[in-house]
Amino acid sequence: MTSSDPIDPPAEAPSAPPPALVKRHRLSTRLWHWTNVVALFVMLMSGLMIFNAHPRLYWGHYGANSDYAWLEIGSDPEGGYLRVGETRIGTTGLAGQWTDGKGETQRRAFPGWATIPSSYDLAGARRWHLAFAWLFAFGLLFFMIRAFWNRHAQKELTPGLAELKPRHLWHEVKDHARLRFPKGEAALRYNTLQKISYFAVIFLLLPLIILSGLGMSPAMDANWPWIVDLLGGRQSARSVHFIVAFLLVGFIIVHLLMVLLAGPINEIRSMITGWYRVPQPKPPKEEQA
Amino acid sequence: MITRRHVLIGASGAALVGCDKLHNSATFRDGLRVFEGLNMSAQRTLGLGQSLAREFREDQRSPTFRSNGTARPETPDYARLAAGGFADWRLRVDGLVARPLALTMAQVQASPGRTQITRHDCVEGWSAIGKWHGAVLGPILDAAGLRDEARYLVFHCMDRYGDRPYYESIDLVDAFHPQTILAYGLNDSFVPVENGAPLRLRVERQLGYKHAKYIERVEAVASLDGIYGGKGGFWEDVGDYEWYAGI
Repeated sequence: MTSSDPIDPPAEAPSAPPPALVKRHRLSTRLWHWTNVVALFVMLMSGLMIFNAHPRLYWGHYGANSDYAWLEIGSDPEGGYLRVGETRIGTTGLAGQWTDGKGETQRRAFPGWATIPSSYDLAGARRWHLAFAWLFAFGLLFFMIRAFWNRHAQKELTPGLAELKPRHLWHEVKDHARLRFPKGEAALRYNTLQKISYFAVIFLLLPLIILSGLGMSPAMDANWPWIVDLLGGRQSARSVHFIVAFLLVGFIIVHLLMVLLAGPINEIRSMITGWYRVPQPKPPKEEQA
Repeated sequence: MITRRHVLIGASGAALVGCDKLHNSATFRDGLRVFEGLNMSAQRTLGLGQSLAREFREDQRSPTFRSNGTARPETPDYARLAAGGFADWRLRVDGLVARPLALTMAQVQASPGRTQITRHDCVEGWSAIGKWHGAVLGPILDAAGLRDEARYLVFHCMDRYGDRPYYESIDLVDAFHPQTILAYGLNDSFVPVENGAPLRLRVERQLGYKHAKYIERVEAVASLDGIYGGKGGFWEDVGDYEWYAGI
């Protein structure tokens, strides 16, 4: 059967099931997706190296070693640690104190396997970060313009008011927790939880990470002082940048998990070629009259 | 058994090894360097060249202004000058100028001055806010008479890293910016040794390593080629840090 074959609806179905193969993702979406795979991978890992140069975060306009840091990754005689507020979490082996590829103990915040470059190089990491930032920021800009233009943003990414009702959301959360994936027609739309996640990432987190990044630039602070005003200071911008980076890591982990659970071959193919095989409600025996 | 997890970890590991390989490729790094120029043109265009850095209130200052880099130059010359309260120190302004100068501290302080409470941003990530008192660089350059060929100003410093002297450079856009000063005071007293006594550059829209400390000479040049390592600054030469440090 091909996607263009006429199909008779099964007797019990209220409407015609979608064809087995559908064009799921537009070219602009697919291009942007794979651009981001590269850009976010580089920006995250070079960002962790930049963080290693001063693994402390502050709120406000200023913050240096003698000021109070709300978050710190460091090491003491007990080993590596992450301190958030007054809570100390031992992270020996993972952060603060770890063993490099040559078996030597290192006392940097993030380990070599998580950073670009893999050994300490602030200048090098900045070159990667500040170059790929252009790819990342303009990719987002072009996607946003395209998605508003072709109404992808309004139609497929923005949750409707009915979808945001608590009862509906609760129903979806339950389905989601049981890993019940939609079949047939429903599989072609994003559910409300997906819409909320994609909407928040595209229109909140990604712009926020760009703004907070620009807010750390002394020249941009002179050009556009409203950025630091909005974020509450340059050190606040640095904290926000770091927090949003980790929210994005969380999103990526859940995203990858869902791809694995929903059928990785079909999902990845649909993001490369655009074609998506629709999960059928039940295998119909006599499809064609 | 190879699970999907192994494939994912393997793939990201391979990507990381690939990144290190790219990082060591001269061609790739030259490609990354293109973006330094792009950042500079974009930021200069947005600010029309002369946007002002934010100035803060007295009560917004850092309780302690962190010192970084050299805390005390270890040359005998510096020790002698410091012991004499920098009375024998002179600021030389030379190179491509009509009238080379050798200014005493009293003369620097008599030049048109400015007090500004600004934020100092280190490339490492930390910031400190302090109140700087200094001579605006523009009028000093005017007094020396920059020649038409002059494009950059090189700040020669009295501190050394091994046998390499620290130095920095800026172009004329920053040299004639109203907040670019040669600072002799920090928080209402003379600049402490760890912060660059007797004189340090404040170039407010760039990162900390551009703010050369322990200045003894300002040289006007047409090109940065042939000045020390040729990249326009100590960290630029030894660590491949960006010459334009506005971001």
